[in-house]
Amino acid sequence: MMQAHEGYVTDDGRQIGGTVMELKNITLRFGGVVAIKDISFDIRQGEIRAIIGPNGAGKSSMLNVISGFYNPQEGEVWFKGYRRGPMKPYQVARLGIARTFQNIALFDGMSVLDNIMTGRLNKMKAGFLSQAMWWGAAEREENENREAVEKIIDFLEIQNIRKTPVGRLPYGLKKRVELARALAAEPQLLLLDEPMAGMNVEEKEDMSRFILDVNDEFGTTICLIEHDMGVVMDLSDRVVVMDYGRKIGDGTPDQVRSNQDVIDAYLGVAHD
Amino acid sequence: MDQVIFGAEVFLNGLMTGVMYSLVALGFVLIFKASGVFNYAQGVLALFAALTLVGIQDGQVPFAHLINAAFGTSLHHFGWTVPSILAIALTVLVMVLLAFLIEKLVLQHLVGQEPIILFMATIGLAYFLEGLGDVMWGADIKTLDVGLPQGISDGIETLTAGWFGYGFFIDRLDIWATVIAALLVAALVAFSQYTKQGRAMRAVADDHQAALSVGISLRFIWVMVWSIAGFVALVAGIMWGTKSGVQFSLSLIALKALPVLMLGGFTSIPGAIVGGLIIGVGEKMFEFLIGPMVGGATETWFAYVLALVFLVFRPQGLFGERIIERV
Amino acid sequence: MIYREAGDFKTSYRDDSQTFPIRLDRWGYYAILAVAFGIIPFVINDYWANAVLVPFLIYAIAALGLNILTGYAGQVSLGTGGFMAVGAYAVYKLMTAFPDVSILIHILLAGGITAAVGVLFGLPSLRIKGFYLAVATLAAQFFLVWLFNKVPWFYNYSASGQITAPERTVLGHAVTGPATSAPAKYLVCLVMAFLLAWLARNLTRGMLGRKWMAIRDMDIAAEIIGVDPLRAKLSAFAVSSFFIGIAGALLFAVYLGAAEVGEAFGINKSFLVLFMIIIGGLGSIFGSFAGAAFMVLMPVLLKNVLVGTLNWPTDLAAHIELMIVGALIVTFLIVEPHGLARLWRLTKEKLRLWPFPH
Repeated sequence: MMQAHEGYVTDDGRQIGGTVMELKNITLRFGGVVAIKDISFDIRQGEIRAIIGPNGAGKSSMLNVISGFYNPQEGEVWFKGYRRGPMKPYQVARLGIARTFQNIALFDGMSVLDNIMTGRLNKMKAGFLSQAMWWGAAEREENENREAVEKIIDFLEIQNIRKTPVGRLPYGLKKRVELARALAAEPQLLLLDEPMAGMNVEEKEDMSRFILDVNDEFGTTICLIEHDMGVVMDLSDRVVVMDYGRKIGDGTPDQVRSNQDVIDAYLGVAHD
Repeated sequence: MDQVIFGAEVFLNGLMTGVMYSLVALGFVLIFKASGVFNYAQGVLALFAALTLVGIQDGQVPFAHLINAAFGTSLHHFGWTVPSILAIALTVLVMVLLAFLIEKLVLQHLVGQEPIILFMATIGLAYFLEGLGDVMWGADIKTLDVGLPQGISDGIETLTAGWFGYGFFIDRLDIWATVIAALLVAALVAFSQYTKQGRAMRAVADDHQAALSVGISLRFIWVMVWSIAGFVALVAGIMWGTKSGVQFSLSLIALKALPVLMLGGFTSIPGAIVGGLIIGVGEKMFEFLIGPMVGGATETWFAYVLALVFLVFRPQGLFGERIIERV
Repeated sequence: MIYREAGDFKTSYRDDSQTFPIRLDRWGYYAILAVAFGIIPFVINDYWANAVLVPFLIYAIAALGLNILTGYAGQVSLGTGGFMAVGAYAVYKLMTAFPDVSILIHILLAGGITAAVGVLFGLPSLRIKGFYLAVATLAAQFFLVWLFNKVPWFYNYSASGQITAPERTVLGHAVTGPATSAPAKYLVCLVMAFLLAWLARNLTRGMLGRKWMAIRDMDIAAEIIGVDPLRAKLSAFAVSSFFIGIAGALLFAVYLGAAEVGEAFGINKSFLVLFMIIIGGLGSIFGSFAGAAFMVLMPVLLKNVLVGTLNWPTDLAAHIELMIVGALIVTFLIVEPHGLARLWRLTKEKLRLWPFPH
């Protein structure tokens, strides 16, 4: 069994709880290439956890291990007190892990509303016949879940585009819709894959605010990867630093900032 | 023992049919590699080429049927015949013109569309060309003769009769088809490996954007590739047309080329050839061994089911490149 | 300004998700239903039933089915003809084996049997995608046609190899067999088309429809947010084949009366229905009807003009029809990949602002 961790209180006074996810000695290989080597860390209830590192450090692979898209050759993944075996991606979603993607993965042919509604598909249990007749459970569920989705739409300030096909939206708004879809699932753990990539300063500020608000308002546990050091340090409670598939630092932003290995990795000191 | 020898003959005949399939499949692969278009119309292209060849040879008046209906005339032939070589050359010209028009009117407007949209567009193209061929040259079955030797090869029959006490029936046309197909493949490989245009073609196949950025004209390459495919279609049309007459069923061999490609992979020239041979031999042997038990005529579906079963286990085909999915 | 949504406020999510949120659309829809059910049955004659309305309704059902699979779930199929044949032969076997059971039940059962066959041929879709799958569905097309041709049990060992529909009645009126009246044919097909369109609408606006569209738009992302691709794709194959099976059953039993499999359900039928949804609009219920209407009406009109008025030979007209169909497909894909349905929507958007576009 996993050891119970004491929580801690952040500088701004939020109570962080016990461990939600724990990764133990993860090693991931593609053929002969080692993408992740022997990495362990944990993610705790209610915190914003970041994984940072230069390009090619293995951050995305790490996120894909957490989200169950890749199965590591070695190591253990523990989620909510249970060891997670190899799973299909859609089964992982049912455990309560939602994510966004670096290269936005929205459903372009569907409206914003429908996209966000897909986030709630695990909450809707109406049978086939009920859906076919649009009677009873199907209609009731549709309206209840619509209400939940409308709250998220209000929260992310995208009311005016709800019926627009996603394919027509600009980049920044697409990112927001993707966040909305992930939130709609009411995840236990929310994974954000470079949420700020390709954004201008203003959009980055908006996105940072939404991430903080989500964490604050819904108490969602968030794990994000990002290569923009500045944003991450302001945002997160604890940071894992990766380089060449290894973990070279782990701790609060201040601890990480003063870590010599991290400084070397970011300033490009030659590896020996 | 008789069964074995008879089976061997079926096997050989299957190989010959397979060569024909490969020939059509080759046209598919060329276009697919260079433009990412899965050209359903390849078979109709073969039919159209064969119709045009016969029409020119016999000195038919194009669109005679239409003109007669519209103006009450009774045109049919110019009254001359054109020698085979000249007719073939003229048909090649027509096919190049057709390639140019297809690029200009269809492909150019569909750049960057999803592959499946392009695929459906070529189905539309196939219908159009089928109608056009019929309106231009009439829909009656025509015989095509460009002087290729036909009939059972006596030499082989006597030779095998000497070996097994049973003479194999091999059509001389099939032997010629095999030789011509082999030459055509060799020529295409040489073309794509050793000429400037061939290299440009491969570059386009690899990456459209990158090819554009080094100054290769996409339009030129596409016209060229469709012209070559038209030429390959003409060769296939001549072979099949000589064998079983120029008629609509000719375009159905194109459908047979689809499972060939699924087996061989859409991007591989050797794949098209091996796939064609496997399908040719497979369907003849299946009909020979299993056909009598289930009522025969299994050739209509065997190729597709084989390809389907095969694909489920190896989705990229025999020689296709492996597709890696990423998020 | 006649066509507008301003002032047409919605106060509940239920109102907002209804099929025709705009009042004028709703009225138009009720008016069409009133004409279709209340007027046409009393004025229809054999020519209109056989040349236009009955084939239109039957192909609309088939197009709805294919649209669910291709337009909504993104799985291209060229096996529609084969699946229609399953529906036709299923209803034939059921009709002749259980003559006392209502033909309507047989038609629905035929749809169910086709759904099962559709799921079977849908299994490879889990491994192969795009036009690979499209070509793989040709296996279904050719194999099924061959099967119904070669196994005499399917056509009850009839000497001609054809299947012929015996007379069956609904509420005392013949709906199959040679004695069927035009209104009876029409009404059976109309009721079926109406119910199935309603079913399709419900399925596509709910969660199942969203799962299908998610798979269509980006299958990997769909799986990561929790769509089980196996269930989503197979359910699309099942529902789609159910519709197509019913269309096949109606085509044989009500419309043709007798059928030979290769002729009635060949590969051309697969393309015909595919063309309907391309021209009508992929992923649109309205488009399925519009496409079916277009592809049924066009040859009739063409024939009337070329053969009837200009006195051109029939075969020439047929060849010109091929050219026109092919050119139209290409044109639609180039100009408007979303088909007639999209054109209709654009017109409505213009009308909404009319006569003050600025």
